[in-house]
Amino acid sequence: MTKVLDPTNEATPADIPRVSRPESLDGLTVGLLDISKPRGDRFLDRIEERLVERGLRVERFRKPTFTKPAPVDLRHEIATKCDVVIEALAD
Amino acid sequence: MSVTELPVLPDGLVVIVKEDCPTCELVIPVLEQLASGNQLTVFSQDDPNFPEEIADRQFDGDLAISWHHNIETVPTLLVIENGKEIARTVGWSRSQWESITGVPQLGVELPDHRPGCGSLSVDPSMSADLELRFGGSTMKARRVEFASLEDTHEALFDRGWTDGLPVIPPSEARVMAMLEGTTRSPEEIVASIPPDLAPCTVEKVAINAVMAGCRPEYLPIVLAGVEAVCTDTFNMHGLLATTMPHAPVLIVNGPIAQQIGMNSGNNALGQGNRANSTIGRAVQLVIRNVGGGRPGEVDRAAFGSPGKVGFCFAEREEDSPWSPISTMYGFSAGTNTVLAFPGEAPRNLVDQLSRDPDSLARTYAANLISIQHPKLVLGFDAILAVAPDHSRVFREAGWSREQLADRINELTVRPGHELIRGAGDIPEGIPEAMEELDLPKFRPNGLHIVHCGGAAGLFSAIIGGWVNGEMGSDPVCVEITP
Repeated sequence: MTKVLDPTNEATPADIPRVSRPESLDGLTVGLLDISKPRGDRFLDRIEERLVERGLRVERFRKPTFTKPAPVDLRHEIATKCDVVIEALAD
Repeated sequence: MSVTELPVLPDGLVVIVKEDCPTCELVIPVLEQLASGNQLTVFSQDDPNFPEEIADRQFDGDLAISWHHNIETVPTLLVIENGKEIARTVGWSRSQWESITGVPQLGVELPDHRPGCGSLSVDPSMSADLELRFGGSTMKARRVEFASLEDTHEALFDRGWTDGLPVIPPSEARVMAMLEGTTRSPEEIVASIPPDLAPCTVEKVAINAVMAGCRPEYLPIVLAGVEAVCTDTFNMHGLLATTMPHAPVLIVNGPIAQQIGMNSGNNALGQGNRANSTIGRAVQLVIRNVGGGRPGEVDRAAFGSPGKVGFCFAEREEDSPWSPISTMYGFSAGTNTVLAFPGEAPRNLVDQLSRDPDSLARTYAANLISIQHPKLVLGFDAILAVAPDHSRVFREAGWSREQLADRINELTVRPGHELIRGAGDIPEGIPEAMEELDLPKFRPNGLHIVHCGGAAGLFSAIIGGWVNGEMGSDPVCVEITP
């Protein structure tokens, strides 16, 4: 992982902005991100079933802990493999 | 171990060595002498098995001991009492080693003294990393992380931080090393950078200087350049926003130019010299990244110019017939200065036949008249860069810079009726009200004659200026401070 110092005036967020929401999920790869809260996986399992029934490709991801932001490598992997991502919060 | 914690040394005698040092090798018999009868600990910086002869040797592989205890030379001999250093000596000196250890007859077969070698902890290739690791970072800029699988250079392009060319990734270690180039505090505000008028610290300038490819010793010039262009007089906002192609042209005077290896000779206005190429680029990256000045946004240039990547060169002072251009701005020769001029791309001017100053002045005037438009006068300044093959003519004739400028201006004078709107069937021109006046091309001090270029070539070059005065920009010259 490379870490650099921001050369800008830091008036805008350092993160790259989200892509806009697609009109339809047809033909897209959907990422399902489990943030590691208990039973979030159960919820995502069900979402996965529903998406697969619709013929969509699904990729599963899991954050090491819900208490911290997703590691930059995980974010990059999701952004590279998926068109959209669904993040599940459960308790 | 916390990075800023001072590691405590064992009581007794402590010697820091490295295997790659002949003096350390030389003192091994002395270390053996000291080991019998004294509490001796030897720390090796590079080889954990060095010196094999000493049982109680420890490895300072991460250089934490050396860095925290300010070891600059190996061997260094320390005397530690109750965890505190009470004496130290560096290199090998029998009298000093005997004196602080209290052990007589040390290394009698050795020469009396031998200087030591540089400690690895002050090796220039490592010192910035160690400063970061053990000293803790004091830098304020936001940290941005790229993923391991992300190409760093592509990530820097993606974020819009480059001018279209690759940049050096501004890691903390590189920025820290860059900041060594100035005595100024990283937190000091250098200027408000247009168009966003964002306050810019020395640290932010250093980050962009790293990206541009500068070496630390260039940083004072970059800082002075940023200061010069961000004055109300220079009007960087207007220069950025204009539809005209101009941008800051930085001319460096004073001994610093040679000290850092700037080019004022062959190809001075071109590529190939790191300082020339990166100093102007660093100033432009500050405007882009800190100021938010980007082409197509506030930068509305219709054409732009190659010089907008960065345009910086040094005046050829050593054989110039004239005093440095900075003297036009009240500085004495020998002062380190940077002159910011709002200029466009240079164009060459050929006169291979003139051998007297007046005919050369005529060639210059005939060409200079055409800057922006032959019928537009007084509104644009210019740099006239004179190469040695031309400047020799003026030196031999004893023509001063002022004399040459006055003669050129005299030769450019044209009657108003040739310049007014509609004259010569060209609508462009000066207002009709000026019809009765005889007008020169340049305002007083508008023509900046500088000496630069390679020793061969009967040429000079013109760099046309942007709109001058209140409506546009005036050149600004500032002193370069450490």
